[in-house]
Amino acid sequence: MGKVKGKLGPLARRPDNSAFKQQRLPAWSPMLTANTVLPFFYIMALICLLLGVWLLLTVQSTREIKLDYTVGPCDKCHEKRKNVTSAAEDCKCTVEFTIEKRFKGDVFFYYGLKNFHQNLRRYMDSRDDGQMVGRKNNLKNPSSYCKPFVRDQSGLPIAPCGAVANSIFNDSFTLMYHEPSSTPVKVPLLRRGITWYTDKNVKFRNPKMNSSMNLAQVFEGTAKPLYWKKPVYDLDPLDQNNNGFINDDLIIWMREAAFPNFKKLYGVLHRAKKPFTGGLPAGNYSIDISYNFPVQPFQGRKEIVLTTLTWFGGQNHFLPIAYLVTSSLILLIAIALTVVWCKFGKNGKNMEE
Amino acid sequence: MLWSSLPGRLKTEKWMNVQVGDIIKLENDQFVTADLLLLSSSEPLNLVYVETAELDGETNLKVKQALTVTGEMGDNIDTLAPFNGEVRCEPPNNRLDKFKGTLTLDGQVYALDNDKVLLRGCTLRNTEWCFGLVIFGGPDTKLMQNSGKTTFKRTSIDHLMNVLVLCIFGFLVSMCTFMAVANSLWETSDGEVFTAFLPREDGINAPLSSFLSFWSYVIVLNTVVPISLYVSVEIIRLGNSFFIDWDRKMYYPKSDTPAQARTTTLNEELGQIKYIFSDKTGTLTQNIMTFNKCSINGKCYGELFDFSGHRVEITEKTEKVDFSWNRLADLKFSFHDHSLVETVREGNAAAQAFFRLLALCHTVMPEEKKEGELNYQAQSPDEGALVTAARNFGFVFRSRTPETITVVEMDKQVVYELLAVLDFNNVRKRMSVIVRSPEGKLTLYCKGADTIIYERLDPSCNKLMNVTTGHLNEYAGDGLRTLVLAYKDLDEDYMEDWKKRHYEACIAMDDREERLDELYEEIEKDLQLLGATAVEDKLQDGVPQTIEQLAKADIKIWVLTGDKQETAENIGYSCNMLREEMKGIFIVNANTAEGVKEELENARRTMCPDSPVEPNVIRSRAGLFWTQKTVNVPDEKVDGDYGLVINGHSLAFALEKNLQLELLRTACMCQTVICCRVTPLQKAQVVQLVKKYKQAVTLAIGDGANDVSMIKAAHIGVGISGQEGMQAVLSSDFSFAQFRYLQRLLLVHGRWSYLRMCKFLRYFFYKNFTFTLVHFWYAFFCGFSAQTVYDEWFITLYNLIYTALPILGMGIFDQDVNDRWSFQYPQLYSPGQLNLYFSKKAFVRCVMHSCYSSLILFFIPWAAIQDTVRDDGKDIADYQSFALLAQTCLLVVVNIQICLDTHYWTAVNQFFVWGSLAAYFAVTFTMYSNGMFFIFTSSFPFIGTARNSLSQPNMWLTIFLTALLCTLPVVAFRFILIQLRPTINDKVRSKFRKEVLPAAKPRRPPMRRISTRSGYAFSHSQGYGDLVTSKRFLLTRPLKSRPILFVKTDSALAENRPQHYRTIREEQEEVHRGP
Repeated sequence: MGKVKGKLGPLARRPDNSAFKQQRLPAWSPMLTANTVLPFFYIMALICLLLGVWLLLTVQSTREIKLDYTVGPCDKCHEKRKNVTSAAEDCKCTVEFTIEKRFKGDVFFYYGLKNFHQNLRRYMDSRDDGQMVGRKNNLKNPSSYCKPFVRDQSGLPIAPCGAVANSIFNDSFTLMYHEPSSTPVKVPLLRRGITWYTDKNVKFRNPKMNSSMNLAQVFEGTAKPLYWKKPVYDLDPLDQNNNGFINDDLIIWMREAAFPNFKKLYGVLHRAKKPFTGGLPAGNYSIDISYNFPVQPFQGRKEIVLTTLTWFGGQNHFLPIAYLVTSSLILLIAIALTVVWCKFGKNGKNMEE
Repeated sequence: MLWSSLPGRLKTEKWMNVQVGDIIKLENDQFVTADLLLLSSSEPLNLVYVETAELDGETNLKVKQALTVTGEMGDNIDTLAPFNGEVRCEPPNNRLDKFKGTLTLDGQVYALDNDKVLLRGCTLRNTEWCFGLVIFGGPDTKLMQNSGKTTFKRTSIDHLMNVLVLCIFGFLVSMCTFMAVANSLWETSDGEVFTAFLPREDGINAPLSSFLSFWSYVIVLNTVVPISLYVSVEIIRLGNSFFIDWDRKMYYPKSDTPAQARTTTLNEELGQIKYIFSDKTGTLTQNIMTFNKCSINGKCYGELFDFSGHRVEITEKTEKVDFSWNRLADLKFSFHDHSLVETVREGNAAAQAFFRLLALCHTVMPEEKKEGELNYQAQSPDEGALVTAARNFGFVFRSRTPETITVVEMDKQVVYELLAVLDFNNVRKRMSVIVRSPEGKLTLYCKGADTIIYERLDPSCNKLMNVTTGHLNEYAGDGLRTLVLAYKDLDEDYMEDWKKRHYEACIAMDDREERLDELYEEIEKDLQLLGATAVEDKLQDGVPQTIEQLAKADIKIWVLTGDKQETAENIGYSCNMLREEMKGIFIVNANTAEGVKEELENARRTMCPDSPVEPNVIRSRAGLFWTQKTVNVPDEKVDGDYGLVINGHSLAFALEKNLQLELLRTACMCQTVICCRVTPLQKAQVVQLVKKYKQAVTLAIGDGANDVSMIKAAHIGVGISGQEGMQAVLSSDFSFAQFRYLQRLLLVHGRWSYLRMCKFLRYFFYKNFTFTLVHFWYAFFCGFSAQTVYDEWFITLYNLIYTALPILGMGIFDQDVNDRWSFQYPQLYSPGQLNLYFSKKAFVRCVMHSCYSSLILFFIPWAAIQDTVRDDGKDIADYQSFALLAQTCLLVVVNIQICLDTHYWTAVNQFFVWGSLAAYFAVTFTMYSNGMFFIFTSSFPFIGTARNSLSQPNMWLTIFLTALLCTLPVVAFRFILIQLRPTINDKVRSKFRKEVLPAAKPRRPPMRRISTRSGYAFSHSQGYGDLVTSKRFLLTRPLKSRPILFVKTDSALAENRPQHYRTIREEQEEVHRGP
């Protein structure tokens, strides 16, 4: 290679003497020897053990409370949602619970769904990212992926289109703290800033509008999704900037869960005022639920999760335990390997021909 | 280009236009283009000399003679053009040695036989021109009938791959069917009630949905079917072929020939060879005979010793004896023992008699075109070597007439009167001449096989005989061809009487041969022993070592040669294939089917007394759809080494349907098999026999056109690009210049190729199965809705970019141990023969490993992520984050896996592995970036996923855990295997790490073996003696009638052949006399 072709002379066709062509490239040829394998296993066992313990302690330091409100106090609402005829009727119920030990620091309020398949292929595809990012064209002509939620009966394009947006979780919650000697206090929840930054600012955008227009005008000529009560530009009556496609609840719902059991962030404890500056104090709480989302048909469950977090996230015990189990397995294997090596390989007899 | 003489005048035509019935003029050194009936020639008696090396591998010149009636036409175009005869002959067939037919000319019928036919593939020599009538052309010629069918060669791994791919298809279909069924169940139970959120499409109910789901899963899971596999396999093979082309150690500087991989699709099969079929002439030997040693009057010459008395190996560098004192010496002749020259020049009577005998007792024809420029035409190369030796030692055979032989003895011209030539034949194994010296002394000179001559020696030379026997045994041990020389002074009266009786016998009508034999017996007795000669049929460099290495690698070598039995046997000894220590060497030489059967059975019984009468045949089916029937005859255990020598005519019987299994069983029990006097087609048949019943990979190596059919028949054909033209090379798969390169081709390149290919395949299946099965597990969570786990871009790029290069790097560069260690331990070759590295079993293991990995790769991320949030409480259990996590885990794991599989880490491998990972992250971050989302919104919905989730320690801890869980069991398992059941590979590798390779042993001359067998072998055959003495043959002709006797070529090749001998008459058919 790289040589002028057509060399002359008696050795014209002699191959080049390069390390590459002669397959003599310098190389490292490692082998599984006792000197490397056994220490590696022991070290790995140790690392896993340390990681496991550390993670376990971390996870243990979080506080979490899960409330399944599918039935129980909300039984009547549950029954009510069975019937399509009564779907439009409001239904409220209250769930009470007690926090034994205070939740220190930031407290996160999640709603959870079980057996709800956000990960069905057709369901996941049933959305139009172009519409959600504010493309005018897509606003009026949603992608056919949104079928059968592209247009309403009157032929108006639905915004946001698709099965995902259509099925948005529409229960709402009010968390009340029952101080021992006074009236219940509403626990303040931050309902904004709970999405991924990229979603809020890049992936979801309202269609461009002039300064003179308001959101309702921008969305003129579109219909609200079938199951929605309010149009998309009117989701948050309190904050105009939380309306349209950039509504936090919508964005969160649109980030489809990977598995049928999932929880999604509803709000974060606002710690500005007492008695919530240090977290949620111990005591009695109740949640007023506006029970809208029907789970009865698909045997789903609904729950509320209150939790504190660490750097590691919420209270998921899997990784710490997995590390501890792995650690012990590695240790067992390591011991087995050591025994085998001592018995057979140590004196090098097994390597003799 | 040749001359065709129809109608009425000569015109130049292309080969393709030659038709049956044309009359063709051929000129000297031209290739015969079709099977011709010889009509006339420029030579007296309408003789024509042809070289048939391309046909049967024999380099002798052979004589063909035209019918006198046609010969009379000469080169007269006017009589040739209207030549109108009718030829009736046998249909086209492949027998090179038989031809039957008649020529009807003017109502007269003439018999035609093989003598009158020039076969395609011959080369015209020493004949100015000849005319021939085309009998068979093109594919009907005997040469073409002998060439085997060209089949498209594929390796067994190719076949296995096809089968596996088919199985994988089946697997895919069953997975998809399972999915479809599961989907329909899910749709009826869960999906039905979910329709509120996800209404069914119009007209689609659960069964239809499940049908659609089937096809969706065909698309999702199709990655188990390795489509890119075939491309990658070809790339790897191509790379390995280039390495063969580039290998300097397979480059032969003398002829400037590098090795060549002419087929790039068979490389890995080179690592699985079980049987090698080799030609002899030009492949194992150089086709050069050298006068090597001699024993004169009890003293041995030709060996060199150093001061300490050790034998010194004679190499090209060893000082040669200077023959410049002899102006008639042949400069190409070389000899290394000075003492012999001195002895001769001192006037030692025995030495002089010795060389005088060599100068007189032979049938060589001299050619002296210019004064002092002698050339010999010998019928056998052995004889040429002996006469040339005599010439250089001062006994120059100058010229002969039917009655005289002129010899220049130490610069003195002496003319001997030639009284009789007692010709050589296969039974006599000796030849004698009776000459009268100028002084009037009558002497009989005799040379022949030691056993024969010893019987006829005078008792007075018993002592000398014993000494000479010692020498002969040494020569035989060295694999040299020996002849014993003896003489006898004759009495004038007795001679007179004998001559008279000889004449009577010669003209006797009946029992002529018996009577002649008796007469010969009578006179050839009470001989005086002179000494013995040892001629070396020069092996190519390194042949015995190569054969030894290949034998150590458990490769069986069969020699298939057109040569005579003795010569073939002798070569067998000299290249260590037949050894003295062997428990037995069987010679199958019978002339009837029963005889052959009996001999084979006896041999088998001797080797293995309790072997069953009926062979143990395992029938099975293989191939695509199991349509191929395979028959396997397993090897039978034999203790001790045996050799088998089988003759061509016996082989013809043995290859018949009812005997071929018998042959195969017996032959496969033997360490060494030599088939002699076989035709090209028989060579191919033998190869096919082994191919058919042994299910083993075969390799055929040869250099001449007669090897073409065998080269084509074998799994792998190797051509020696040497001296006998290019036919073999052109039909071969690999070619190089020297036999010894075969060991490098097999033990290094073949082994590596096989290793690389198998590792490649195993890893390839592993990575694709692992990749795909994760989808399978995910299906249980997504309602069997054909949702993929990974981002579609990852699916596209996984095989294309992320995992393509590391595996190619391994497939091209990997080596377990380097080439020197491969040579040191030829046993490393055996895993290939046993198909250990890649088989259906290995494939199943691969799949199981993938299942395990995919379980880990799905369920660990699932459990880790499903109820988790980010450290700021935001979502991380979403589909996109999970997809990213799963694909990152997968990529990390498969990259670690290739690190475990790679044994040879070059910089390129490192670059590929790290580069792939880096490319993955680079591509991922790019594709999940804002810019890409804005430009192609619908194609890149994963915007921001990488940034948002890979910043979480959670993710990395999961990746680390999956990597550990996937890798550590593999490491542990391999470590335990190495400890408990280390393969030869592991052993050598561990040695390789610990020890320095023992330095190559200095090449000592091989230990002298003393052999008690006769080293006699002589490629001479009967009949030439008659020609020499017949006056008609030796018509003095003007020199110009033979313009080109010895083709002078300018190529370096010519220099390789110091001596060049030609023979002048075809060998007779088998001698039909009892032993």
